[in-house]
Amino acid sequence: MTTLLAPATPVAEEPRPVPAVLVEDLVKAYGDHRAVDGLSLQVERGEVFGLLGPNGAGKTTTILVLLGLTERTSGTVRVLDIDPAVDPLAVKRRVGYLPDDVGFYESMTGRQNLRYTARLNRLDPTEAEDRIAGLLDEVGLADAADRPTGTYSRGMRQRLGIADALVGDPDVVVLDEPTIAIDPAGVEEVLGLIRRLAHDRGAAVLLSSHMLEQVEQSCDRVAIFVDGRVRAQGSRAELAGDAATREVDVTVPSAQLDRARTLLAAVPDVIGTQVLDGTGPGRLRIVTAADVRPSIARTLVTADIDLLGLHQREVTLAELYRTHFAEPTAADGSTP
Amino acid sequence: MNRRGWSIVASKELVDHFSSARFGVLLVLFGLAGTSAVVATAGLISDQAPAASTIDSILLRIYTLPPTETVPAFVTLIGFLAPLLGIAFGFDAVNGERAQRTLPRLLSQPIHRDDVINGKFAAGLVLVGSVLAALAMLTTGVGVLRLGIVPSGQDLARLGTWILLTTVYVGLWHGLATLCSVVVRRSATSAFVALAVWLVTVLFLPLLTTTIAGAVAGPDATPEEQVRTEQTVARLSPQTLYVEATRVLLDPDEATTDALSLSQFAQVQLRFPSELPLGQSLLVVVPQIVSLVGVTVLLFAAAYAAFMRQEVRA
Repeated sequence: MTTLLAPATPVAEEPRPVPAVLVEDLVKAYGDHRAVDGLSLQVERGEVFGLLGPNGAGKTTTILVLLGLTERTSGTVRVLDIDPAVDPLAVKRRVGYLPDDVGFYESMTGRQNLRYTARLNRLDPTEAEDRIAGLLDEVGLADAADRPTGTYSRGMRQRLGIADALVGDPDVVVLDEPTIAIDPAGVEEVLGLIRRLAHDRGAAVLLSSHMLEQVEQSCDRVAIFVDGRVRAQGSRAELAGDAATREVDVTVPSAQLDRARTLLAAVPDVIGTQVLDGTGPGRLRIVTAADVRPSIARTLVTADIDLLGLHQREVTLAELYRTHFAEPTAADGSTP
Repeated sequence: MNRRGWSIVASKELVDHFSSARFGVLLVLFGLAGTSAVVATAGLISDQAPAASTIDSILLRIYTLPPTETVPAFVTLIGFLAPLLGIAFGFDAVNGERAQRTLPRLLSQPIHRDDVINGKFAAGLVLVGSVLAALAMLTTGVGVLRLGIVPSGQDLARLGTWILLTTVYVGLWHGLATLCSVVVRRSATSAFVALAVWLVTVLFLPLLTTTIAGAVAGPDATPEEQVRTEQTVARLSPQTLYVEATRVLLDPDEATTDALSLSQFAQVQLRFPSELPLGQSLLVVVPQIVSLVGVTVLLFAAAYAAFMRQEVRA
């Protein structure tokens, strides 16, 4: 189990820095419907945290609560140790936000839109001008900067949105579906930008996405969020450890393959065995419910079988995600 | 560096308004309507008499005197059209942000949520005030050239007060339009609702006043009671209040807004012509002005409250 327990009440003189984003038991209910149901998470400075889940999981609602744009029903929320429900302005001053399906004033140019954001953040106009030019360059919009945003493609708006979120030089960056509507090559660029933001500038980045395969590689830690609840949380390695099943590939001489298979099928926690095709030594795939690599090795060695290779396959996040996705759908099907 | 959030929003909105096509269209409409009315009236006055220049407050006459029986005077024309200004720059204040999907981004900036609606409303008022002031200056210029008179300080003060009054009156319609923009999702529907309210108030309500007053006063009412009831019913419309206040402010001879004493007073005045100073004129229309301000504040408060309660993503 991956648990992230923060001190219930951070003491002022505590030397450990407070997390950039701290959420505990967050509940947001609209009438009877609980859009967010007991979410806890923590994002540190310098890391990219992925809040991953299907549409309607409560990701955007969570983000709006973090920014103080909507009231929570219960739970604790601290952004840079500030409660957004109490002092939303102090939070918004230090958080950059890219909304889901971001929009701009269509008659204004990209640069003018960013200037407005800079003014709202009370930046010095001359400093802001340099900063805006730099950001536009970084997101690849330098050439389109002085065209009205009404002429922008969806992907360009998305990239302008990322620049917009960074205008105020934020300590925390919240990106709601940052890769949506961006072409594959653009996605790599954008994700590179996000990684640099966290790793080079030390910002805490919280990104939400339902495009797991796209963002997986860029997140230091993730939470799988379905129907308002976190199904799994932790680093990718930790999440793999949380998986319900593992696959162990065992290599033995072909002659001993059948005997090995029979023996291994009897090992506790082994769910199934399967012979893999291929030339050379025989290969078996063992599906297990727990990490039983020592038992497998011991069984084979005791039986005098030459263990040529043993490799536990890490269950990828995508597979894990699919497992978690399957659950609510199955539950929905059983309750008409 | 520490500008208030609402003023940042307001200055952006003002720039948007001034550079918008609808501003250009309305400016041409008001400019043409205003100058043609003033030129016609000034022509009438200069035709009438070489003695015209001896009449007191002759400048104000070019605004209040209808040039012919069928053509309305400047103040009537502008009073009728001015609500359009308020509606045109308010009907898409909030739903326009929603349509462009800019609202979540705007609200996530370090400003209070009410800064958005306050700034937008303030920008609308400034815009309306400047359009009216520009129009007044333009027409005064035309009048001065046409009549060859020098406007007195008193006249200019009255004109300035009238601009403020009209701004408040247009602010009322701006408040209504802003309320529509918060409550109604689609900009086109919102504009339609606001315009419908305006048309009903300005065109149909006056037609119904006599009927409603007759029903309220009853068949046994004396003519005096009938007139009183009619005036009370008419005063439920902001337009009536505005027209009454305008008449007193722009005509120093006008000393009352009461329908009955108006005729009695006119008889007295024939014998003892007297002009009210601006302060006295203002006193006469305090109830009208207070009511107009009150309704404006009420409409804006409703828009404000509705906006503050709305979900960002609604």
